[in-house]
Amino acid sequence: MLLREVEYAKPASVAEALELLAANDGARALAGGQTLVNVMKARAASPDGLVDLNGLEELKGIELDAGGTLTIGAMTTYTELVRSVEAKARPILGEVCATIADVQVRNRGTIGGNVCSNDPTNHLPPLMVAIGASMTVAGADGEREVPADEFFLGVYMTAVGPGELLTRIAIPAGKADGFAAVTLGADGTCIANAAASVDAGGFRVALGCVDAVPVVVTAGAPEQVAEAVRAAGIDAPSDVHASSEYRAHLAEVLAVRAARQAAERS
Amino acid sequence: MESLSPTRSISVTVNGTTYEREVEARKLLIHFIRDDLDLTGSHVGCDTGNCGACSVIVDGTLLKSCMLLAVQADGASVETVEGLSADGELTPLQQSFSDHHALQCGYCTPGMLMSATALLRENPSPSEDEVKKALQGNICRCTGYWNIVEAVTAVGE
Repeated sequence: MLLREVEYAKPASVAEALELLAANDGARALAGGQTLVNVMKARAASPDGLVDLNGLEELKGIELDAGGTLTIGAMTTYTELVRSVEAKARPILGEVCATIADVQVRNRGTIGGNVCSNDPTNHLPPLMVAIGASMTVAGADGEREVPADEFFLGVYMTAVGPGELLTRIAIPAGKADGFAAVTLGADGTCIANAAASVDAGGFRVALGCVDAVPVVVTAGAPEQVAEAVRAAGIDAPSDVHASSEYRAHLAEVLAVRAARQAAERS
Repeated sequence: MESLSPTRSISVTVNGTTYEREVEARKLLIHFIRDDLDLTGSHVGCDTGNCGACSVIVDGTLLKSCMLLAVQADGASVETVEGLSADGELTPLQQSFSDHHALQCGYCTPGMLMSATALLRENPSPSEDEVKKALQGNICRCTGYWNIVEAVTAVGE
């Protein structure tokens, strides 16, 4: 497919990328391109310019500090997360990334692209919310920290504003996490998904695919999760894959599965 | 300072030969390979990133060339299906595809070969399950998966 005419630049630094984005209203950041290039084919997005973030080493890499906090560069690929020794500090990350699409997509798609596209069927937005990730957003005025809870604003919309970039994601220590999904095909698009994490404060479950942004419910025990999901009053979207009622039912089932998995690891 | 531009001069090495071309930024890598370089072994199946018929290896990494812009391959080394038997000899994988009749219409075969080549480089003796997982991004519309999985698995035995 021939894309609409588009301009392209490949900056050599984050500072240069930010300047290019700030100076060109119609330009968008190009991460792995495993979503953006396809929506450009379909003309669902038609940016005037692409600022290619590939090659920016400062946006890559996974670091584990002494306190157990993982810092993941936004341009880190799913494959890098699956293979990373450091990322095993929070095992759910690699486990979920290993179920996204296929080898080719995992080799190119990035954690930053996944969360910034904020397609409600993506795997990582609910996971980031459940495990308490914190996003670093850079702009002309410097950097700011945005908790995952406040990062996802709407369908395809995040706290990353015009002229800004997500640069890295910090994930606190922990291992008592779970994830469950019903997908189209083995590792396909999610019809519904749920991520869970448990700590001394109880279970925190984030539901994907049921609203524009992940829906968070909390409970004291896995047995209370189903009731918590029902109490959330989910009004799920209806599509060719699932009616609203069925999707809400899946959300409840998957929330319990994710919470049980988290409980087994606590 | 880098600036946005609708075209770009790129230098891409494909199967050992370096090509220098001026390309439009909107051109996908698969079209550069097929239309500009006339290497028509890599196929366009779905053009939506699902089927894997356009799979190539870029700097050692298996990718779908319909989800990469040609300008993004500037400076890269690309391997396509034509490069597998550049010296005229079939690779063990290609021979195994022939021996196991691992193709029906053949349209998906170039992508299957590139995905299986990438797998065998990392894991020379994959299990049947590992082969299936590695070929997840490649669709055979004839549904001839049985012989394809057998052919790839047999190379490692």
